[in-house]
Amino acid sequence: MQQCLNIDPGKCTGCRQCELGCSFAHEEFFSSSRSRIKVFDLHDQGLFVPYTCTQCADAWCMAACPVDAIQVDADTGAKTVDTGVCVGCKVCTIACPFGTINYVSATGKVAKCDLCGGDPACVKACPTGAISYIDSDTAGFSKMQQWVDKTAAQHNVQT
Amino acid sequence: MKHVIIGAGPAGVSAAEHLRKLDSTAEIVIIGDEAEPPYSRMAIPYYLVGDIEEAGTWQRKNGKHFKNLGVKLIHDTVVSVSPSSVRLKTGKRINFDRLLIATGSRPVQPPVRGLNHPAVHHCWTLADAREIAKRMQKGSEVVLMGAGFIGCIILQALVERGVDLTVVEMEEHMVPRMMNAEAGAMIKRWCQARGVRIITSAHVIEVAQQTESEKTDVIISTGEALSADLIIVATGVRANLGFLEGSAIAVDQGVVVDRQLQTSIYGIFAAGDVAQGPDFSTNGTAVHAIQTTASQHGRIAALNMAGRKVLYHGSLAMNTLETLGLISTSYGNWQGVPDGDSAVAINADAYRYLSLQFDGDVIIGAIAIGLTDHIGALRGLIESRIKLGLWKDRLVEDPYRLMEAYLARTGPG
Repeated sequence: MQQCLNIDPGKCTGCRQCELGCSFAHEEFFSSSRSRIKVFDLHDQGLFVPYTCTQCADAWCMAACPVDAIQVDADTGAKTVDTGVCVGCKVCTIACPFGTINYVSATGKVAKCDLCGGDPACVKACPTGAISYIDSDTAGFSKMQQWVDKTAAQHNVQT
Repeated sequence: MKHVIIGAGPAGVSAAEHLRKLDSTAEIVIIGDEAEPPYSRMAIPYYLVGDIEEAGTWQRKNGKHFKNLGVKLIHDTVVSVSPSSVRLKTGKRINFDRLLIATGSRPVQPPVRGLNHPAVHHCWTLADAREIAKRMQKGSEVVLMGAGFIGCIILQALVERGVDLTVVEMEEHMVPRMMNAEAGAMIKRWCQARGVRIITSAHVIEVAQQTESEKTDVIISTGEALSADLIIVATGVRANLGFLEGSAIAVDQGVVVDRQLQTSIYGIFAAGDVAQGPDFSTNGTAVHAIQTTASQHGRIAALNMAGRKVLYHGSLAMNTLETLGLISTSYGNWQGVPDGDSAVAINADAYRYLSLQFDGDVIIGAIAIGLTDHIGALRGLIESRIKLGLWKDRLVEDPYRLMEAYLARTGPG
């Protein structure tokens, strides 16, 4: 069964442990700016929203990449960036309508959530259970999917 | 069912792969007129910088990819199209049930005397890039004609190589089809601070051999003569349509296609730089010679070629450019609409700029300099026509609250 990240902003306290866990897992240092999950502070709504890639099925980043640097991890279903192939053209960063694949000037490549190979560091770092890694057919996932559908403009197809 | 695709660029390759997914038994042929395996022009600047070898520009890295998919690659040039076959330069005729025209675009030849001089090179194909790479030696004098997207994206390679560079741009500011005057001026200032001479509002009149020297004189409209070892022409591109003369296929700026990306002839489709298709922003048609449109066109055309009736909601103009480390992006109708509000934040010292254009409470276009994090959310807001409600006024006050607005209006919160 494939799993996915499920985010419940109602449980998030804005502690940013997920950002630190993510950056350490990928870069071996603690830096929120290098995290692939980002906590946004929606001050007006009194809400913190951890935000990252939903690994959408027909990934926009993958379709837009001119050099085939983004692949599907067969085990987790994550869309992963092969930094050896990525040239840093940033087309994927403007193509992804969720804004969840980003250019990293320090490396000259793009970075996105890769689900840590099936053991996401953000989930382990979250002290309140706001981020969980759940089976893809549970209720939480369909809620995430509705969000994707709402913002993805039906993949450019007129309805 | 036999599908023939003319052109091995991103639109053609995307279409071929989707066609295979949709029909495991269809015969699929790609005809390309360049000698290399299907490659991406987007990667050429990184080849010129020396970050990648030629193979790094290939669209698919596995040499057997197309063979494994059962997609036949033919290296030839299509000279004419009739309703059920294409004729090749080598004289052969290939029949088809469905045809995709994905022949891309070619560089414009500006009206300049002496442009056929051996020191003059276009920057478009991998073959062009090889020639430029050989000639952009340290200390050599280079004149770059055109400060559009293509010209600007190779600045890094030229500067890193240590050439003595002068850029001549006809319009009043740099990247005029992607940036407004304010943003273009900011990019110009950034490049000038890094030692590049940029002359705007001027054009090249003549390229002439210097007497008693191997160099050439590039004479520009201000009267100045610029000494040059290498002249790079990057003055824009036009759709590759020549081979369609005499066919019944309707053309304008590009091959005119409907929402199914079908041309005026049943069973013949067009995609990518060559296609003049539905424009998301205007509801009319436009040629959007960009990577994102090429790959989307390829997918939508393939669906329709395979018999699924799928209507395209139109391509959104978008591009992102790095000029000597400064990253700029634009989306959609960045010029704005009459009576539409805008939100602008400018920090000249930090080289940061963000301009959002609204129609009512919906963002329809944007320009950003120095902003890369979550930039794609702009596409989401524009293409999903997200109504911002209260958030519009907050963005007018501070456009950098973009992600907050995005999450508040779309989020799972």
